[in-house]
Amino acid sequence: MPSMIRVQNLVKTYGKFTAVADISFAVGAGEIFAFLGPNGAGKTTTIKVLTTLLKPTSGKVEIDGLDATLHQNEVRKRFGIVFQDPSLDDELTAYENMDIHGALYRVPRQTRATRIEQLLKLFELWDRRNDRAKFFSGGMRRRLEIARGLLHTPKILFLDEPTLGLDPQTRNQLWTHVRQLNADERVTVFLTTHYMEEAERVAGRIAIIDHGRIVAQGSPEELKRQTGAATLEEAFLGLTGSSIREEDANPLDRMRNMARLWRR
Amino acid sequence: MDVIYVLWLRQVKRYLRSRARIIGSLGQPLLFLIGLGFGLGPVFQKAGQGNYIQFLAPGVIAMTVLFTSVFSGIELIWDRQFGFLKETLVAPVSRLTIMIGRVLGGATVAVGQGIIVVAISLLAGFRFSGLTAVPMALFFMALIALLFTALGTAIASAMSDFQGFQLIMNFLVMPTFFLSGALFPLGDVPWVLKALARINPLSYGVDGLRGALGGTAYFAMTTDIAVLVTVTAGLLLLGGYLFSKIEL
Repeated sequence: MPSMIRVQNLVKTYGKFTAVADISFAVGAGEIFAFLGPNGAGKTTTIKVLTTLLKPTSGKVEIDGLDATLHQNEVRKRFGIVFQDPSLDDELTAYENMDIHGALYRVPRQTRATRIEQLLKLFELWDRRNDRAKFFSGGMRRRLEIARGLLHTPKILFLDEPTLGLDPQTRNQLWTHVRQLNADERVTVFLTTHYMEEAERVAGRIAIIDHGRIVAQGSPEELKRQTGAATLEEAFLGLTGSSIREEDANPLDRMRNMARLWRR
Repeated sequence: MDVIYVLWLRQVKRYLRSRARIIGSLGQPLLFLIGLGFGLGPVFQKAGQGNYIQFLAPGVIAMTVLFTSVFSGIELIWDRQFGFLKETLVAPVSRLTIMIGRVLGGATVAVGQGIIVVAISLLAGFRFSGLTAVPMALFFMALIALLFTALGTAIASAMSDFQGFQLIMNFLVMPTFFLSGALFPLGDVPWVLKALARINPLSYGVDGLRGALGGTAYFAMTTDIAVLVTVTAGLLLLGGYLFSKIEL
């Protein structure tokens, strides 16, 4: 199986703080790969490096055989991403949000219209296409973001904690969609989560990351076997310890708090 | 080009859809026109300076354009983390293109707000010299808008959160407005004020706008244009550079 994502000895430091400390892994084409780890483990930093938003301090990242630092734009065409924080334009309709994305990725007008219709129907948003995103529920926004991320037919879909703050029904439905897409369009999926049952249910392979290092990787069964645990949750706690991670609020957390006050 | 147009259009659509924002942001200029304009008008007249509304309106128009532009620049801080901007930062589009689209969009919105204040000024009794005043006034409003959207963008690109926002409002935006000659003639003020006005780009914007709308320009109109164009170009370059350095 050819590698869609190949990461070798990736290190990312901020001053003295090491967010990602020398990790290596590969994700095959068509795979669903999960990064599982507690808060502050380095999941989001890794995604940011993989998606060209951050430059690695050292190490090598290849997306579809292309170096992510050297061929930034070529790499960007190859993936769609759903961020942890919202990234829709609330004042625009679902259709307009999709359409702008199509223009940014230079999807030809004709193809764009067909594909938007197809994706919005798939994600059950077609009837609401002319409503503004600000009137959408959390689950609908997420679906719209995923649909948007797929508009330019990327080879990889990155999902950074996509189910954070959603109810179980919505989460369930979201993963059903993702698995269906993975099967139908052969999209490689790279996701991060700290919900163990989700990783176990959706992903073919899981890497457990903690303190910026990959502490174990393999299929859910392999992980359980490696740690001798009965459930993935036990394996996870066994590998990462059960102490609660307390971090100081950074500027981003402060802004998230503001966001919570201002919206919904 | 297509991308710039799409990003521009997005901001214009957003603007036209947020009626509350349009109406809300007109409260301040209205207060200035009524409170200051009619309040200080008689004193101004007695001092032999003529009609104060006639003098003040260009200043209030410039103020509206200034505030709207700086805000749309600063909004970037929010937008890049919780808004649509992040989506554009991972797209296969150059950062410069995104920045230009954003600044043009913000500046257009600011000019739109300015035009509404022109209409309000007319209701308050302001009159401009003739129809030729309109294109010249629009030109100056566009320059002020571009300059300060670029400035806001440059500042926001270098800021990580809203901690410094109050600081910028109190030590940059408000002084820029109050020390620009928007509210008083620069002719007879103490030399310190005069010197501060000379290094303040908004002074040239207000002055040009006032000249265009039929008043007397304190600096020459050509000086106004030269200064505004130069500073805007410089800030666009600086903003573009800082914007391209944004890491999320």
